[in-house]
Amino acid sequence: MTTIQDTPAPTRTRRLPRVRWTVALAVGVVAFFALAAAAPQLLATHDPTALDLTASLRAPSLDHWFGTDESGRDLYSRVIHGTRESLAIGLGAAGVSLVLALVLGSAAALAHRYLAGAVNRFVEILFAFPTLLFALLLVAILGPSATTQILAVGIGSAPGYARIVRGQILAARRSGYVEAAVALGHPRGLILRQHVIPNAVRPLVAVFTLCVGQSIVWASSLAFLGLGVAPPSSEWGALLDAGRTYVTHAPWLIVIPGLVIVVLALAATAIGKDIQARLESGDE
Amino acid sequence: MTPTLQTESPTPAVAPAVAGGGGTSRALRAARSIAAKAVGGLVVLWGAATAAFAAQLALPGDRATVILNVRAGQAMKRTPEELAGVIEQYGLDHPVILQYLTFLGGLARGDLGNSYQQYRPVWDVIGEQIGATFALTFTAIVLAWVLMVVWVTLTAGRRPQVRALGSLAETVTAGLPHYWLGIILMLVFALGLGWFPVIGGTGLHGLLLPALTLAIPLAGFMGQATRAAFETALTQPFVISARMRGMGDLAVRLRHVLRHAVLPAVTLSGWALGATVSGAVVVETIFTRPGIGKVLVTAVNAQDLPVVTGIVVVIAAAYVVANLLVDVAYTLIDPRLRTS
Amino acid sequence: MTSTILESTTETDQRSGTRLRVDNLRVGFTKGGRSKRVVHGLSFELAAGECVAIVGESGSGKSVSARSLVGLTGAGAVVEADELSLDGENLLAFTGRDWRRVRGSQVGFILQDALVSLDPLRPVGQEIGEALRLHGWGDKSAREAKVLELLASVGVPDPANRARQRPDELSGGLRQRALIASALALDPGIVVADEPTTALDVTVQAQVLDLLEETKRRGKALILISHDLSVVARLADRILVMSGGHVVEDGPADQVLNDPQHEYTRSLIAAVPGAHTRGRLLGSQVPPFVSVTSRREPTPFAGPVLEACELVKRFRRPDGTAHTAVDGVSFTLERGETLGIVGESGSGKSTTARIALALERADSGSVRLLGRDWTSLPERRRRPLRREISVVYQDPLSSFDPRWDVARILEDAVGRTELRSGAARRERVAELLALVGLTPEVLGRSPLTLSGGQRQRVAIARALAPWPAVVVLDEAVSALDVSIQAQILDLLTTLQAELGLSYLFISHDLGVVSHLADRVLVMKDGVVVEHGAVTDVFENPAHPYTRELIAALHPLSAAPTTEG
Repeated sequence: MTTIQDTPAPTRTRRLPRVRWTVALAVGVVAFFALAAAAPQLLATHDPTALDLTASLRAPSLDHWFGTDESGRDLYSRVIHGTRESLAIGLGAAGVSLVLALVLGSAAALAHRYLAGAVNRFVEILFAFPTLLFALLLVAILGPSATTQILAVGIGSAPGYARIVRGQILAARRSGYVEAAVALGHPRGLILRQHVIPNAVRPLVAVFTLCVGQSIVWASSLAFLGLGVAPPSSEWGALLDAGRTYVTHAPWLIVIPGLVIVVLALAATAIGKDIQARLESGDE
Repeated sequence: MTPTLQTESPTPAVAPAVAGGGGTSRALRAARSIAAKAVGGLVVLWGAATAAFAAQLALPGDRATVILNVRAGQAMKRTPEELAGVIEQYGLDHPVILQYLTFLGGLARGDLGNSYQQYRPVWDVIGEQIGATFALTFTAIVLAWVLMVVWVTLTAGRRPQVRALGSLAETVTAGLPHYWLGIILMLVFALGLGWFPVIGGTGLHGLLLPALTLAIPLAGFMGQATRAAFETALTQPFVISARMRGMGDLAVRLRHVLRHAVLPAVTLSGWALGATVSGAVVVETIFTRPGIGKVLVTAVNAQDLPVVTGIVVVIAAAYVVANLLVDVAYTLIDPRLRTS
Repeated sequence: MTSTILESTTETDQRSGTRLRVDNLRVGFTKGGRSKRVVHGLSFELAAGECVAIVGESGSGKSVSARSLVGLTGAGAVVEADELSLDGENLLAFTGRDWRRVRGSQVGFILQDALVSLDPLRPVGQEIGEALRLHGWGDKSAREAKVLELLASVGVPDPANRARQRPDELSGGLRQRALIASALALDPGIVVADEPTTALDVTVQAQVLDLLEETKRRGKALILISHDLSVVARLADRILVMSGGHVVEDGPADQVLNDPQHEYTRSLIAAVPGAHTRGRLLGSQVPPFVSVTSRREPTPFAGPVLEACELVKRFRRPDGTAHTAVDGVSFTLERGETLGIVGESGSGKSTTARIALALERADSGSVRLLGRDWTSLPERRRRPLRREISVVYQDPLSSFDPRWDVARILEDAVGRTELRSGAARRERVAELLALVGLTPEVLGRSPLTLSGGQRQRVAIARALAPWPAVVVLDEAVSALDVSIQAQILDLLTTLQAELGLSYLFISHDLGVVSHLADRVLVMKDGVVVEHGAVTDVFENPAHPYTRELIAALHPLSAAPTTEG
C-alpha cells in the first residue's frame, strides 16, 4: 500500500489572493478622503471661502491645483472641505439603504409564508422603479436638501439590496450545512443564530462598501440636476451643480469634482470586490 | 446601479420529456406561464399607481393650497373662494378612498390626471416628449449590447493580461456617472473635435453622443455578468466537444459560448431599461435634448406632482412590458424549461 | 527523430495497420514562469480494431495525455515526445489549422455525460451536423440526411424526431448515443473516449460500452480513458496504468487484470468492491480501531432500529405535473445490520433516505425509530431522538459551514447540552478523530483544505458524535477515487463491527452495495422492485430490472473468483 494515498490535500482551492496594487491604491484613496473629512485644514491649500475676484475662473495650475471658480475660490480646497458632507450623504444613504434592505430582505425570507410573500411582492414592486426616479419622486414631495438626498437615495436603492439579502438568507437556509445541523437535532433558533445569519450577513460587508460608492454617485446625480444641496455649499454635488454654468469656458469646475466622485466610487468598488473575492475563496 | 448581480441560473428539466405528445401540454404550460407573468406585471403596475397616488397625498400642507402655489410659483395664503375652485376641480373634498378609486379608474382609461402647473392633461405633457426618450433609450440599449458583446467576445478567457484589461474596463465604465461621462464626451467630441452638435437635436447625428453616454456604463455593467458566464461556458465539456470536432476558437465563442453567456445579461435587461431611463433624465439635461427626463426635472422642481407620478406610472408600465419581452427573449435563447 | 525514421515507420504502419504512435510523451504546464510536468513519458502504439486503455485516478495525467493527441492540452501546456505521429503525420509539427483538420475527421473524441458534452441549448442533430459542416462535408440537405443515418447507426430509434430534440429532452442512453454519433460523424480512424461512462446510470453505461465495442469491431482504433479498471476490462486489448503522471504498468489486458505486476495496480484491483469482496477488507492494511471511553450506552431495544411503512412522496415537477418519487416503500433495519438501497438516478432512493431522516415529510406512511414514533412527531419532539440517527452525504463539503474549521464542526456536533465543559468536548472530539483515523493536525483546518477522503472522515466523525444507533450513508463513497473509496468502506466496516452501528446505505453502485450490505432493496421509479438478502438477490434476481442491473455490472465487481 505504498502508492495508494488520498489525493494530496489541495492546499486551498485558490492561492491566497495577494493584495493587488489596484486594491492598495483604492485603500490609499479612501484613506485620503477619510483624512479630508476628519481634518480638511490639514490637506487644504487655501481658505475654501476666500474670494479673490482677480483670480476668477483660473485653469488648474501649481498654485491652484484644481483651478478656481467664478469668485476666485480655490477648487481643490473646496473639494477637500466638501468631503465631510459628501461622505456623510453617501454613508447615510448607504446606511438607510442597508437597514431597509435588511428589514425587508429578512422579512421576505424568514417571515411566515403569506407575510413573506407579501413583502417579497412589495420589494419586487419597488424594484420596478429606477433608483433615480424613486429619488426624484421623494425630492418632489420633500423638497431638495441633504436629508432628502440621504432618504431618497437610500430608499431608492434599497429594493435591489433587499433582494440580495433575501437571496443570501434563502441560500443559507437551503444549504447542506443547515440540513446537517437539523439532522444533528439543533433547535431552530440556534441554527438561525449560528449558521443562517452569519453566512447571510457576511457577504453584506462587500455589498455595503459597493453601496457607499454607488450612493455618492446617485446623490451627486441628484445634485447635478439641481435637486441636492444648494450651491453655496462646497458639497461635491453642489460643486457640480454650480460648475454646470461654466461647462464651456471653465470645464474643470465640473470635470474635476466629477472625477473626484468617480475616483472615490471606483475605490469603494475595488475594495468591495476584493472583500467579495476573499469571502468567496474562503478567507477571513 | 445595483452592483452585485443576482441571476437565476435555469436548471434543466428534472425528467426528460417523453417522446411525442408533449406538444399540447407544452403550449398549455407556456400559456399558463405567460398569464402568470402578465398578472405579476399588473400587480407591479397597481403598486406603482398606488405609490404615485400616495405620493400626491404625501405633499406637506393643504393640497389645494399647494396646487395653487405650484401654479403661481409662489407660496401665499389663499382665500376660500380660490380654494373652492381647486377643490371642486380635483375632487379634493371626496373621501380618500373615492379619490383613489377615481385615480385608478382614470389610469385604466389612460387618463393620468391634470398637471398642476400647465393646466392640461399629464398624458399630453408626457406624450409629446416620450418619443425622443424612447429613441434615446432604445439606441442606447442596442449600442450597449453591441459594445458589450464585441468586447467580451474579444477579451474573455484570453491571456491573463488581456482578461485583466477586459474586466478592468468593465469595472471602470460600469461605475461612471452619466453626468460626468456625458460632459467628457461633449467636451471632447462636440466642443473639442467638433464632430457632433453640442445641443443634441432629434436627428441621428445628435443622438449618438447622448446614446453613447448611456450605453457605455450599461455595457460595462452587463459585461461583468456576461464575462463571468462566458468564462464559465468556455470551460464546459460541450465547448471542448465542439473544439474536438475541429471547430476554431472564434467559431466556438460565437456559435456556442456566446449564447450561454448572454443569458444573465438578458435577465438584467428589464432592470437595465430602468437604469437607462434614470440616466436619460441626466443625459437629456446635459445635451439639452427634448424628452420626459427634462419634463420630469422641471416638474420635480415645481412640485408638479401629477406630472411626476404620471411619468412614474408610464415608466413602470415600460418596465413591465420590457420584462415580458425579456422573458420571451430568454425562452428563445434558452428553450429548456425554466424552473421558477 | 528525423524524417527518414518517420517515413520508414510509415511504411511498416501501412502493413501492420498502426494508426497512432506515441513514444515517450511528456506534458508540462508553465504558469507564471514556473513549469510543472504532469505526464512523464507515455508510450504506446495503436492499430485499427485495437483498444488501448489508460487507467488512473484523478490527477494521474491520463486525460491530459489524451487531449495532447488532438492538440487541446490547454493554455500554457508544453507537449514533447520522441515520436507523436498519426497516420504517418508528425503531430509535433502541427499548426492550428492542421489540428482543426485532424480533429473530428481523423480523431473522434467522446467526453463524459452527453448532458454537458453536447451543447444543452441546441438540438442534437445540429451538433452532429456541425462536425460535418466544419469539414466541408456535402451540402445542407446531404448533411441532414447523413445526420439521420448516423443516429440510426448508433441505434437511435426515430432519428428524424430525435435529431430535433435537445440533450435534456432525450433519455440518458439516447443522448449518449447522439454524442457518440457526433464523434463518429466523419468516420475517424481513431476514437478517443475520455471517461465515457462516468456519471451515467449503470444500464446506460452498459449500452455505451456495447456501442464502443461495436465501433471497435468495425475497425476503429480506440483509446479508452477511465478511472475505473472494471470499465475498461471489457474492451481493452492493452492497459496502461498511470499514477502521478507515470505509467506504472503497461501490458496486455488479461495480464494487467489477472496478474498485475505493479503494487499500485494490484491495490487498485483489490480496491474494487463487489460480491466477491464481501466480508473482507479491501485494503491490505487493517484500519486500527481506537477504543473509545466516552461512548454512550446504546439505547436498549430489541426490535428493528428503523422501520419504514408504506412511504409515499409526491413532488410537483417544474412544469406542474405531479410525480410520485417514492411509492409504497417499506423496510426494516435491524441493529448492527447494513441495508442497501440501490437504484439509478430518479429511482427515489435518496428521497427515501431523507424521509427516514425526517428531513422530508412523507405524504403518507411513517417511519419508526427504535420502536418509537419518529416521522409522525412534530419536529420539537423529534429533536431529542435525533441523536439516534445521523447522516453522511456524498458531498461533505457543502454540509460543513464554510466559516468553520474541523474543531468547531465536531465540537458543535458533540453538543453543548451533554458536555458542558469545553475541555470535555475537546476530549470527545479528539477521540472521534482517532476513531476515523485522522490526526489532531486537521483540527485547525477548514474542510476546504482537506482532501476528499479526509473530508469524508470528518463527516463520519460528525455523524458518530452523538453515538447514534443508525447512520444513513447517502452515496457517501460515490464521489471518491476507488482507492480512497476502499479506505472509507473499510473504515465503515470496522466502525460497524466495533460500535454495533446500523447502516442505511444508499448507492447507485451495485458493486459497493454487494460488498457492504447484508440486505438490499432495489428501487426503480419510486417502487421497490426486489428486496432480500444481498447474496440471494444477486445470485437469483427475480425482477427483470435487477437482472438488467446485474448484467450491466462491471466484470471486476461481478466476477467472483469462482466464476473464472
